[in-house]
Amino acid sequence: MTAALTGRPRLRLPATAQAGEVVEIRTLVDHPMETGLRKGDDGQPVPRDMLARLIVRANGAVVFTAEFRNATSANPYLVFFLRIERTTELAFTWLHEDGRSLTAAARIVVA
Amino acid sequence: MLSRRDLGRLVLSAAAILAAPAVVHAKAKAPRLVVIGGGFGGASAARYARTAFPHVAVTVIEPQKSFVTCPYGNLLLGGSRDLAAITHSYDRLKRRGVDFIHDWADAIDPVAKTIKLGGGGTVRYDKLILSPGIAIKWGALAGYDTGAARIFPHAWVPEKGEQVTLLRKQLEALPDGGVVAFSIPANPFRCPPGPYERISLVADYLKKHKPRAKILALDHKDAFSKQGLFQDAWNELYPGLIEWVPGSKDGKVVRVDTKEKVFETEFGTRHKVDVGNVIPPQSAARIAVDAGLVNETGWVPVNPYTFEAVKAKDIHVIGDANIPGAMPKSGFIANTTSKHAVASAIALLEGREPPKDPIYFNTCYSHVGDDYGISIVGVFRPSEKGFVETPNSGGVSPRGPLAQLRDQRRLEAHYADSWYASITKDAFG
Repeated sequence: MTAALTGRPRLRLPATAQAGEVVEIRTLVDHPMETGLRKGDDGQPVPRDMLARLIVRANGAVVFTAEFRNATSANPYLVFFLRIERTTELAFTWLHEDGRSLTAAARIVVA
Repeated sequence: MLSRRDLGRLVLSAAAILAAPAVVHAKAKAPRLVVIGGGFGGASAARYARTAFPHVAVTVIEPQKSFVTCPYGNLLLGGSRDLAAITHSYDRLKRRGVDFIHDWADAIDPVAKTIKLGGGGTVRYDKLILSPGIAIKWGALAGYDTGAARIFPHAWVPEKGEQVTLLRKQLEALPDGGVVAFSIPANPFRCPPGPYERISLVADYLKKHKPRAKILALDHKDAFSKQGLFQDAWNELYPGLIEWVPGSKDGKVVRVDTKEKVFETEFGTRHKVDVGNVIPPQSAARIAVDAGLVNETGWVPVNPYTFEAVKAKDIHVIGDANIPGAMPKSGFIANTTSKHAVASAIALLEGREPPKDPIYFNTCYSHVGDDYGISIVGVFRPSEKGFVETPNSGGVSPRGPLAQLRDQRRLEAHYADSWYASITKDAFG
């Protein structure tokens, strides 16, 4: 059995931007990213517990996805850039392999 | 036909003729070795040069009249040593014939082979041992400048001991129930286990005197030196007292606010602190940067066989300012490598081969509580790729419950004290 999805997603991004500005978006989520290949102190394999992907939507449209694999380290940290044309509602979804998910949201205002 | 005795006489006179010019030369002018910096590297170099090469004139340029060590500064914070116990006079080196110039070395001219002094005047060298230590990268952490260091001390560059004394006073003034926060930088930095020994000994002080206080250790890294041993000790000695936050869980402090007394991390978490110790990002000391000896990392690349700077002839760089590869930036490494750097410098100066196949040795002891010491040992050799650790050498203290290892921990604390006494004796005479 895998542990509960308790990670707290963290975001770092600007609250405002100029129209057409490219902004840096940093994301971090607490998650062990267990591959199922590692043995614990008791000698038994630690059950697989892996996030599958991060999906980022801007005003409803997917603008960024990342696929995670066995080599992705614990607590995945992703930084990417996004061109902002108008006030944007961002929705972040980390999807577990078993279908559960974690979400976070943010808004970047274009004055 | 020559008799055996005649042959001996002939050989002797030939040797005498050959030796004569060298004797005249030595009398005319002793080679001049100048050392910049009187820390573990510089003091050890001067002491060793006087002992092993008595024909060489040795001058140390160092602004302070005595040296306050970084090692054992954490015991001052914990309350088991005072400033006098970690302060070492240069008088014994002076009595051994080392000349001291108590001034700042302001600039090096590697072509003219001269050093400009802060108080005016220049010093000429034949070979320079540069052991200037580190500089704090002020401003690299937003809000952290020399003024902020009076609120959030770094206590990582000793000077006259002002910073470590300030941090100790802040700990004494801390209300029971307060938060002591540490900001710990990314590698490389001076003394890799140092922050964790400091956390341990501050925890020891808090447990005894302010049992409701907490420690918040915010780290740029996800792993650190002797991590398992430190964390075992924290769990056994100080359960619930220390929270260590790795970089991958938003542990990277990116801004400090001295007015609000806040450490702010990468993802915007604002941690309110009562006492804050910022161990700041570092580079080689300014003089090494100004002399053009550093590369893009901010540290000095050196030839791992001779310690000669890659970017300048006749300047051998030792101690925390150089790029030590697999070796740690430690006083122990500064001490052992100083001797090899001096031997290489004098050999090259006199047209001899530097010593072959050197071995560099390091032990870092850490105190984590009363009668509780741990250590890591490393053996290193130079290679074409720089300094590399010798496979299957060295190691760390065993892990396990304190109940089973009490003697080991007590002995290692004792070894640590003995190490401190002997290395300071070796370096400062």
